[in-house]
Amino acid sequence: MGKIHLEKVNKCFGDIEVIPSIDLEIEDGEFVVFVGPSGCGKSTLLRLIAGLEDLTSGKIFINGQDVSNSAPAKRQLAMVFQSYALYPHMTVYKNIAFPLKMAGIDKSEIDKKVKAAAKVLNLTDYLERTPGQLSGGQRQRVAIGRAIVRQPSAFLFDEPLSNLDAALRVNMRVEITDLHKQLKRTMIYVTHDQVEAMTMADRIVVLQAGNVEQFGTPLDIYNNPINKFVAGFIGSPKMNFISVHDAKQLGAFEIGIRPEHMNISKTEGRWRGVVTVAEHLGSDTFLHVKTEGIGTIVTRGDGELNINYGDIVYVTPNLNKIYRFNEKGLSF
Amino acid sequence: MATTQTKTLSRIMNLPAIVLLFIWMIVPLTMTIYYSFQRYNLLNPSRRGFNGWFNYEFFITDPAFFAAIGNTLLLVTGVLAITIIGGVLLGLLLNQAILGRGIVRILFISPFFIMPTVSALIWKNMLMNPIYGIFAHISEFFGVPPTDFFAVIPLLSIVIIVAWQWLPFATLILLTALQSLDQEQQEAADMDGAGIFSKFYYITLPHMSRAITVVILIETIFLLSIFAEILVTTNGGPGTASTNLTYMVYNRALLQYDIGGASAGGVIAVILANIVAIFLIRSVGKNLEA
Repeated sequence: MGKIHLEKVNKCFGDIEVIPSIDLEIEDGEFVVFVGPSGCGKSTLLRLIAGLEDLTSGKIFINGQDVSNSAPAKRQLAMVFQSYALYPHMTVYKNIAFPLKMAGIDKSEIDKKVKAAAKVLNLTDYLERTPGQLSGGQRQRVAIGRAIVRQPSAFLFDEPLSNLDAALRVNMRVEITDLHKQLKRTMIYVTHDQVEAMTMADRIVVLQAGNVEQFGTPLDIYNNPINKFVAGFIGSPKMNFISVHDAKQLGAFEIGIRPEHMNISKTEGRWRGVVTVAEHLGSDTFLHVKTEGIGTIVTRGDGELNINYGDIVYVTPNLNKIYRFNEKGLSF
Repeated sequence: MATTQTKTLSRIMNLPAIVLLFIWMIVPLTMTIYYSFQRYNLLNPSRRGFNGWFNYEFFITDPAFFAAIGNTLLLVTGVLAITIIGGVLLGLLLNQAILGRGIVRILFISPFFIMPTVSALIWKNMLMNPIYGIFAHISEFFGVPPTDFFAVIPLLSIVIIVAWQWLPFATLILLTALQSLDQEQQEAADMDGAGIFSKFYYITLPHMSRAITVVILIETIFLLSIFAEILVTTNGGPGTASTNLTYMVYNRALLQYDIGGASAGGVIAVILANIVAIFLIRSVGKNLEA
């Protein structure tokens, strides 16, 4: 029971309009990721849904109920903050129990629920510690524990993994995805990291300057980006954009080619260039090629590719996989 | 950094300051202890000599002694209670975005800059005076006979004056603690369904515990030796109603010219201060550990 519906949601801070007008329909049990560059309003949008910011105009419905003016606690939502926001003077047990205690649930019931949540999150051995004695990943799990114990209708995550190191981030990504499969609750997850968005989401909302650019499944957005911004934002390394005569030849104002949709050859091809950077990742090789006609393009080859800095290479795009954009940056 | 060489060097560099501080402390203390065992009255300076424990016995058996200890403790706890409760409330108020917050903050801090004698005199003559004090005018306006504060409630009056001076200090320390309270923690408490009072009790107050401890410890040190306010207002009276230990020592030394007895009182005051300090460190000091 976690259907969230936004209707003409608008938010201004003073004279600055952060979110002009957003309509969004999030289905029950869905994992939705808000992704966009910093300052695009994704965190503000999440805080509006949570009730931590007041709407300037528009309406928010949760399970069909208008909650636009309800207090955060009344919305049946739980939130995991970027800084975890654990209560430093309370033990892990008390941290997780806090929302239940505030709801006035009796002690034995609280005890049962906290122990159950701790078990799900592998925190049973740490219940008597304070947050200061935990590692980053454990704190993250306590924050999640505090959120799940209340059995909210939806979870909100505000860049929860950005304070963790790279290896831990990958682990927690998997853990949160697993948790979503287990709990089958609606989750809204804010991130600026498009890898997190692609790997975790059922559907992605790509935001820019407070507007929804595209809303769809990860692969749909990857394969059919609606405009140049979405095309450039989703995918790593970024898509190459070419607007010189090659684009005209292919019948577009501008074309985009993803690094993975090109062939690299040492002997022949469409574009000739010099390798200025060669990144050997083991599984892949990323080459930055400075071409004569179309500027520097980034291309991806397999890991065994034996090409180094300064080599001359030929790059040929896979013409079935190019994206065409018109003058306004819209794809067609 | 902490190589043997730098350690030795830093010790040598520290030595002059430590030696100076040690002399500063040990000379008066030894002299006080020495005089406390001497028969030495300025009214009869020729009659001197070792006096055994007589000075202590005489000081302790003085009927004013237990009254003075009681007054000292009442003074300290009364002022602490007012400044901490008031300081927390004012801190919460000043932490809000109110109009002219900068000016209001400066106004709040100003009593701390006024010297104790001056502020006590202002309270005595302009506020609490039963004939032309502002409080007298106010009570007359409502048809209530004015109170002669220093005659009727001498100790409480002094507590009010001292609390007025120390409230800004407490407010300032507690305000800085409030400002360092994490915004997201409060939002998390909002999401968890904590109301305004639960939030204060479970989140804000524990966060401020360290600052409150600092206020208690620092204020206690100064409040044990309150003197100027008593001297310029009640002179310890009526009777011994507002005499604290410090005032009693002053009384013995400079009104009765009994140097030996005053020294004994001073040593007792030092012992009392140490008992209070140990008690405080035991009870609230754990808050200071990280």
